[in-house]
Amino acid sequence: MKAAAFAYARATSVVNALELLAAHGDKAKVLSGGQSLMPAMNLRLISPDILVDIGGLAELRGIAVRAGVLIVGALTRHVDLLRSPEIALYAPLLRDAVAHVAHPAIRNRGTIGGSLAHADPASELPACVVALDAMIVVRGPSGERRIAATEFFKGIYETALSPDELLVAIEVPVAGQGSTFFFQEYARRHGDYAVVGLAARAVVAAGRFTDLRLGFFAIGDRPMLAAAAGRLINASVTSALLAEAATALADELDPQEDQQATAAMRRHLATVLLRRCVAALLARPDLEAGVAR
Amino acid sequence: MTVTRAPAETLSVLDRSNSYIGKTVPRPNLDRLLQGRGQYVSDLELPRMAHVVFLRSPYAHARIVAIDADAARRMSGVIAIVTGRELEAVITPWVGVLSHLKGLKSAPQHAIAVDRACWQGEAVAAIVATSRAAAEDAMEHVVVDYEELETVTDMRTALDPATPVIHSALGDNLAFERTLNAGDVDQALSDSEVVEADFVFGRHTGVTLEPRAVVADWNAAEARLTIYQGTQAPHMVQNIAALHLGLREAQVRVVCKDVGGSFGIKVHIYADEMATYALSKLLRRPIKFVADRVESFNTDIHARDHRCRGRIGVKPDGTITAFEIDDLTGIGPYSMYPRTSAIEANQVVNLVGGPYVTANYRARARVVFQNKNVMCQYRAVGHPIACSVTEGLVDLAAAKIGMDPVEIRRRNLIPDDAYPCASPSGMKFEQLSHHASLAKLLQMMDYDALRAEQAALRARNIHRGIGIASFIEVTNPSAAFYGVGGAKISSQDGVAVRLDAQGSVICQTSITEQGQGSESLTAQIVGSVLGVSMDRVRVTLGDTDNTPYGGGTWASRGAGIGGEAALQAAKALRQNILDVAAAILQSTPAGLDIVNNSIVNAVDGAPRIELNELARIVYFRPDTLPPGVQPELMATRHFVPRQYPFAFTNGVQASWLEVDTETGFVTLLKHWVVEDCGTIINPQLVDEQIRGGVVQGLGAALFEKCIYDERGQLTNANMADYLVPMSGEMPDIEIGHVVSPTQETELGAKGAGEAGTAGAAAAVANAVNDALRPFGATITEIPLTPQVILTALGRI
Ligand SMILES: Cc1cc2nc3c(=O)[nH]c(=O)nc-3n(C[C@H](O)[C@H](O)[C@H](O)COP(=O)(O)OP(=O)(O)OC[C@H]3O[C@@H](n4cnc5c(N)ncnc54)[C@H](O)[C@@H]3O)c2cc1C
Repeated sequence: MKAAAFAYARATSVVNALELLAAHGDKAKVLSGGQSLMPAMNLRLISPDILVDIGGLAELRGIAVRAGVLIVGALTRHVDLLRSPEIALYAPLLRDAVAHVAHPAIRNRGTIGGSLAHADPASELPACVVALDAMIVVRGPSGERRIAATEFFKGIYETALSPDELLVAIEVPVAGQGSTFFFQEYARRHGDYAVVGLAARAVVAAGRFTDLRLGFFAIGDRPMLAAAAGRLINASVTSALLAEAATALADELDPQEDQQATAAMRRHLATVLLRRCVAALLARPDLEAGVAR
Repeated sequence: MTVTRAPAETLSVLDRSNSYIGKTVPRPNLDRLLQGRGQYVSDLELPRMAHVVFLRSPYAHARIVAIDADAARRMSGVIAIVTGRELEAVITPWVGVLSHLKGLKSAPQHAIAVDRACWQGEAVAAIVATSRAAAEDAMEHVVVDYEELETVTDMRTALDPATPVIHSALGDNLAFERTLNAGDVDQALSDSEVVEADFVFGRHTGVTLEPRAVVADWNAAEARLTIYQGTQAPHMVQNIAALHLGLREAQVRVVCKDVGGSFGIKVHIYADEMATYALSKLLRRPIKFVADRVESFNTDIHARDHRCRGRIGVKPDGTITAFEIDDLTGIGPYSMYPRTSAIEANQVVNLVGGPYVTANYRARARVVFQNKNVMCQYRAVGHPIACSVTEGLVDLAAAKIGMDPVEIRRRNLIPDDAYPCASPSGMKFEQLSHHASLAKLLQMMDYDALRAEQAALRARNIHRGIGIASFIEVTNPSAAFYGVGGAKISSQDGVAVRLDAQGSVICQTSITEQGQGSESLTAQIVGSVLGVSMDRVRVTLGDTDNTPYGGGTWASRGAGIGGEAALQAAKALRQNILDVAAAILQSTPAGLDIVNNSIVNAVDGAPRIELNELARIVYFRPDTLPPGVQPELMATRHFVPRQYPFAFTNGVQASWLEVDTETGFVTLLKHWVVEDCGTIINPQLVDEQIRGGVVQGLGAALFEKCIYDERGQLTNANMADYLVPMSGEMPDIEIGHVVSPTQETELGAKGAGEAGTAGAAAAVANAVNDALRPFGATITEIPLTPQVILTALGRI
């Protein structure tokens, strides 16, 4: 398990990184935290000719709030999300989620940019940015563009990024009045990729949802914003309505089967998550208890 | 600690003042390991050393039509590319059978496949280069033309007439079959309530932190091969390497220093290791092979993979009237060398029903070939299967008659005063303590309070379960295990101790150290018996040139057998020292003692002469000794059990867990073990052996499984998809002891290394079923994955 030989360039600036990517096309790979890229190279699943290391680019670091938008640099490491006061205040969903990403050694190196660019459908952070309605900021040879998180993920390990582009930041609207969050995943062991998970953002007023975004992950080829959430918005949520939403959710899902779970099990777990999420967000334990078959 | 036997009238050598026996003393090798000064084979570099990488068959069963290595040979760094045919010139094939396992058959296995590969992962060619990376680069350019053959993967159909026979010369795919019939099972069952279940055990493996590693160095000038290898049995490796390379054993030296975990994985002879020895001989230079993680999953022995139908008969009063099993296991395409792959099934037959008085027992075990990786002995060989089947059946019987699981055990476990006795399968028990152990366990876990808590939580829709599992464990094996079957695997061990010129002790032992604490227990025994402080005892192990001949460390034998040899050697040296001291001091040996590195008066403990002074006189001023005194400051003793084929131990485990009945996820809350391994030399080492063993058993219960597809492809050969148990999921594990020393040795120690693994899965499975009782679901399959549990609950 040794990687095939490759060349290595340490980018000196975003511009320099983009030049290197332009020069080598799809023979180059961006190296960020290396926590997904290096294992794949050691297994010789991929053998890029050259790695463009962006690890030294200060311009891609840092967490800031500007005009009601939380800006998270691509090089922000998982551990930074876990510890940042700004994240805890404005996007606690990211903090809650990242505690489930791998283990401390990996969180010390892995980055949010790497996680989103890698686009593993079982990853926590992609589902979070979808639930948070974030924008992904990308720079390429022809300048910068912003892609809605809901449009960014295209499939297993596939995104809207082209090989000559760099993911530079994530922009998250800061949590407003009445915003609440829910994060839960079912994983076989602490730190494992989820069998099924849910990252949700809601706005609750007078015991009702005025907004509810349910970002499911490990349930398809990309994070999925559940349409079934619509049934629960601006409605008085009863056990019957929740059961209806659960049925609608099960219908809209088309989960894959793998060693951890059949499609049926994933559907089932997704509905359990839905019930537990709604019960938690509305602080209505009765909704959870009422669902046991 | 509960001691079941009154202490002997007189003080034994172990009860001396300042004894280290029964004390938690730090392991002497700890600093070395913690400061990164361990000597692992993976780290070893020798001049002119080359690295070998094996090109492995991507197919479970394929004819090797042609191998084209021309392009690869021309790549930079490549030294040689060697096929199975070419390697045959230096090494002969082998057949993994033993004569006492009647009817066991297997086919000749080659170091590198010749003509045909029989499992995905079997080596097809060796690429030797200046670095592992260069060899891997070259490997990508070796082109093998395979013709895929039909595969045999499902053990249930391996014996069907329609299934192809893997080795046509053998006639069928049946490697071994054993039947046993004791008492009158039919009669017993016809008079009883009968419960039946199919128990299914996942195939899993040992996952050592350091993979298998070997450096073979053929020195043509000396005509001698030095093998540096992480192994549990250096003399066995010496014997086998010599045999198949056409050498005398004296031409092979095996050195085994630190080993990064073994668990039985490293007690076998692997084809790729044999190939590495042969390549060194062929290429006349040191060759290193370190398995990478993917290779480890594909080639380290797998274990367990059994399907066992079990039946139990029970009377309304709880009397268990009979056990019956029909066990089936698939072992891959070859019986492993030299211990064979029939041992696990054989153990299952030996051990089922073992803790109980029930005399009626019928068993059949069949071992079949298939095109998957080889299976063989892994920690607690056969025990987890026998224990899960037995204890699963006992719980089912209890449920059937509405009796508490503890009560049914109380009524059927062999009474503590019934020994010596034998099981229906002929296992001889010297002294076990099932009832004392169970009583202690119930007290530790506060059984009644736990049952009350369980009931209260159930009312709140929280589903917790309690599972109990009694077990027996085979330790300290005599020659009955392998020797009688013709294997050159020694069941005796030897220890040599000598006093050096400054009164320190050098001790050479044939047992080996893979983290159990062999070094520590040897030093503790030698120091205690001699009266020398442990920091003055230096232990050497793992070198066939520099230790006595012996078996090594496996089958929970190091402390019981190697420890007794150490005790006897130290006693002999002590006598020799006292003889010299008596001569020097004009006293008698009986009037003297050794305490704290000094000779003292036996009566009043008054110091007479320090050991370093005695050593100085012996080595440098022997002219001052009385005429005719020839000191012998070195002694060697060997030991092998003769009275009992195995020193059986026993114990009982309990698990307390919660099942989320909506998601199928299990949370382990607590685990208890009470174990009886006789004399405890180092409580901390024993407890950690048990805890580690429990964790491996919990891995089997909930997580670990080698998942093969129907074409014989291992689909989860990596640490992301093969789930080893990790600390986050492990419960606190509380350990208690009952002590029934074996009378066969002065030391009284039995083994403790496999007890944890033996019963952990059974306790968990019983606890899950206990939790699920309100749902009427019973599961007899491990690993107990959420998928399995949700399916049993009818949720999906
Ligand atoms: C044992 C283990 C367990 C793990 N468990 C989890 C888990 O539970 N959940 C989870 O989400 N992740 C998990 N991970 C993955 C981890 O979170 C990675 O950190 C993350 O997926 C990738 O981030 P990285 O910075 O390491 O990216 P890298 O590995 O450096 O890169 C990943 C990919 O993204 C590309 N890339 C990186 N940065 C950019 C950029 N700025 N612009 C364009 N392309 C870019 C790279 O070219 C590469 O293709 C685990 C990893 C390991 C080793």
